Amino acid sequence: MFDGKKINEIKTSIDRWEKETVEKTISRFPERKEKFTTGSNAEVKRLYTPVDIKDFDYEEDLGYPGEYPYTRGVQPTMYRGRLWTMRQYAGFATAEESNERYKYLLEQGQTGLSVAFDLPTQIGYDSDHPLAEGEVGKVGVAIDSLKDMEVLFDGIPLDKVSTSMTINAPASVLLAMYIAVAEKQGVSKDKLRGTIQNDILKEYIARGTYIFPPEPSMRLITNIFEYCSREVPKWNTISISGYHVREAGSTAVQEVAFTLANGIAYVEAAINAGLDVDDFAPRLSFFFNAHNDLLEEVAKYRAARRLWARIMKERFKAKNPKSMQLKFHTQTAGSTLTAQQPDNNIIRVTIQTLAAVLGGTQSLHTNSRDEALALPTEESVRIALRTQQIVAYESGVTETVDPLAGSYYVESLTNKIEEEAIRYIEKIDELGGAPKAIEKGYIQREIQNAAYRYQMEIESGERIVVGVNKFQIEETEKKEILKVDRTVELNQKEKLARLKKERNNEEVERVLKLLKEKAETDENLMPYILDAVKAYATLGEICDVLREVFSEYEQSVIL
Amino acid sequence: MDRPIRVLVAKPGLDGHDRGAKVIARALRDAGMEVIYTGLRQTPEQIVAAAIQEDVDVVAMSILSGAHNHLFPRVVNLLKEEGVDDVLIIGGGVIPEDDIPFLLESGIEAIFTPGTSTKDVIEFIKNNLKR
Amino acid sequence: MNIEERLLKGDKRACARLITMLESNDMEAVEILKRLYKNTGNAYVIGVTGPPGAGKSTLTDKLVKELRKKDKKVGIIAIDPTSPFSGGAILGDRIRMNDLSLDKNVFIRSMGTRGSLGGMSRATWGAVKVLDIFGCDYIFIETVGVGQSEVDIVKTADTVLMVMVPNLGDDIQAIKAGIMEIADVFAINKSDLDGADKTKLEVEMNLDLNENTDYRPPVVKVSAAKNKDIDVLLEKIIEHRRHLEETNKLEERRIRNNKMELLKMVEEDLMSLILDKAVKEDLLERLARDVTLRKTDPYTAKDEILKLVVNE
Repeated sequence: MFDGKKINEIKTSIDRWEKETVEKTISRFPERKEKFTTGSNAEVKRLYTPVDIKDFDYEEDLGYPGEYPYTRGVQPTMYRGRLWTMRQYAGFATAEESNERYKYLLEQGQTGLSVAFDLPTQIGYDSDHPLAEGEVGKVGVAIDSLKDMEVLFDGIPLDKVSTSMTINAPASVLLAMYIAVAEKQGVSKDKLRGTIQNDILKEYIARGTYIFPPEPSMRLITNIFEYCSREVPKWNTISISGYHVREAGSTAVQEVAFTLANGIAYVEAAINAGLDVDDFAPRLSFFFNAHNDLLEEVAKYRAARRLWARIMKERFKAKNPKSMQLKFHTQTAGSTLTAQQPDNNIIRVTIQTLAAVLGGTQSLHTNSRDEALALPTEESVRIALRTQQIVAYESGVTETVDPLAGSYYVESLTNKIEEEAIRYIEKIDELGGAPKAIEKGYIQREIQNAAYRYQMEIESGERIVVGVNKFQIEETEKKEILKVDRTVELNQKEKLARLKKERNNEEVERVLKLLKEKAETDENLMPYILDAVKAYATLGEICDVLREVFSEYEQSVIL
Repeated sequence: MDRPIRVLVAKPGLDGHDRGAKVIARALRDAGMEVIYTGLRQTPEQIVAAAIQEDVDVVAMSILSGAHNHLFPRVVNLLKEEGVDDVLIIGGGVIPEDDIPFLLESGIEAIFTPGTSTKDVIEFIKNNLKR
Repeated sequence: MNIEERLLKGDKRACARLITMLESNDMEAVEILKRLYKNTGNAYVIGVTGPPGAGKSTLTDKLVKELRKKDKKVGIIAIDPTSPFSGGAILGDRIRMNDLSLDKNVFIRSMGTRGSLGGMSRATWGAVKVLDIFGCDYIFIETVGVGQSEVDIVKTADTVLMVMVPNLGDDIQAIKAGIMEIADVFAINKSDLDGADKTKLEVEMNLDLNENTDYRPPVVKVSAAKNKDIDVLLEKIIEHRRHLEETNKLEERRIRNNKMELLKMVEEDLMSLILDKAVKEDLLERLARDVTLRKTDPYTAKDEILKLVVNE
């Protein structure tokens, strides 16, 4: 974009500017800090100029929206065509309550549902498991069996909605339940649209709701890829998540690097299982965090898009353009919310929303101001949604595609994040790929070092968090919050006990035995899991059978 | 005391958000304490058993799932049942303000919510040891 | 009931507290051990060592479970390094043994190396005695095989189990140099990895070099994570025990170990006695200065320091 001669001229004039103009000012008014850094601790220069992107090649590095390498966006018209999906993740204690809520949302014109499950469900325990005590219905809906799933989607036409389910280790079981409910509604599998998170690798790294060791977990995932490419072709089979990696304290570069490294592992696993890359890759989706450092975040999304496109094309020889498009959901960073002066969080979320939108997200969840305290109240959830709507309809940033492109700073940051992410991915390749790097604790250690550094920066005052280590006030005002009461757990247990009495227990035994046998072979388990849920075997029973065969993952301490 | 303070850092309940627990563990180590880290998904029974065998001075627990009202007091009571009365018990995580009085009353001696400096935790431990 | 009686009754809190006291060099605890020493001698001690990441804790966990099937009472001492900068430590071995926590007949204790001169071996030997009195049939001491004091500790076990993993590369050289020769049983963990056979072969070849004894350490491939061949490994450990017992070598070995423990304690106590006095009376400082200024020679100065205790 710039010729060498021009660049040299600019270099000379920068030197002149530094000497003649800057030095004079600094001698009288020193800068606030000796070193300026991004939210991820990358050094930021005083000024960015064409020199910082001197090798920049517009066609090759950016190209056009909707075209390789997709730096500027995966759709040609982006938000001029359609705004991003405003998808608020919400969990309600029981299937009944959630069902009511979904119906209300659908009446309001929403077409996408997002299901949050409680922790016992996410870890494959029924509500009556000793470890479930105190957790039932707390962070989402409790699902023990197909019965609960039938209630959850009662009266909701599954051929008309798209459903996103935040479920990982037991994803195949919940997907099977969803398919079974659809069948009862007379909806065939090929009409189902939605997403399961299904990203086990980041569970080992950051989120913690794993059940089985990596190897059988990867098998379950490729089973889903294969089954869905055949039977449920419109289903997004995985949402490869950097969100939780970032929440665990990673830098922006690490978020991109570790997420894409996980992505590579899934693609490799599927190819090794005999799938053609273009058969499943278009159904891969991503999930990123939106943090406070606006411009670094925008650069992060752009770098991730470009890097993934290159990986898919060059490393995996994908042919279908859809295989190269990194489509992603975004959630604002929960870890940036403060318990102190919670209303300040509204402003943080606004900045993060802008980052996601300027970065070209496909869908967005905005956090509520009170989430550092507890589950959000209805009012807080509304403000969070309104934040998205104000950015969408009032800010003007949606009117053109990728408006920050060409900024010397943003392009230079985009390049830098991509380069550093590549270095991480190379290191992970050296270690034998993401699963091995996780087993060795490499990825966890990198993240924890970043997290610890971040915390120490706050404590030393090097990094300012408004209301936490500066601008504090004495807070007496009562903060209204939402609570889930204990009766949910009791009701759920009662329902479960009744189910176990009323169902055909011989049939349950038969399907579970068959599942166990098949788990010991290499066969795709989806059809057998589907049979098991249809016989009303519970989530816990199904996962127990698999635990027996696969054993359980044991966390290794890495500090 | 001329021996290092021993602290059990545990995550009761099912949530996997251990960033806080790990940052604290590291900060306590850097403050010269011996930290016994037991990881995710610990039952109150396991925490108490570990606290006894490790003869710790402090039990520090973190929960972000909302199960604190149930699990924190369980640990306190189980320790009591075992006759342990010289261990300082503290908790942290996403804990609503409303719940704090109840937790303090039930024997958790301090609750640290998001935004707490690790220095405050270290200071609190040093000033409130029971033996 | 006092702590002594409680320990004899198998009270875990008493056991735990006594170990704490020994770790802090509490004389009361030493007095208690003097009285209860006659109650020791029932436990069989297994030292588990190997490089970081070899899976020692997980393997110990699985071996203990195997022993629990035989209704044996087991104690575990897991040693992790103390940070030389802060004196603190993160002791994380327990994480791989969490489900043993609740077993009434298992006692797990994590210890930091605490860095002081040999203090750790003393505390560990003390803890072994406490666990012995507590009624353990088997006691595992698990530690990374680096550092002389850690090697000393492991060496004093009745059976030393060396845990290795495939593809360690240069690490195997380092370990070979130090502690290969003290191992009685080798476990090649993560047996499903490529290279497990190669590692086994390497170890066997090494053993071929000192084929001058009546006992050749067995090399067993296991997978701790997959709970594979743990029973085989335990059988080899028990075979080693039987070998020691049948050839009367157990007693021999324990005499050797006790000699080492005694020497170590005497050495430490003498040292602290001398240092205490010499430092308190500024003798050390003064003599060091005199040696530097050539007012005296180091040999005479040393004799002068030794006089501090020899006279007593």
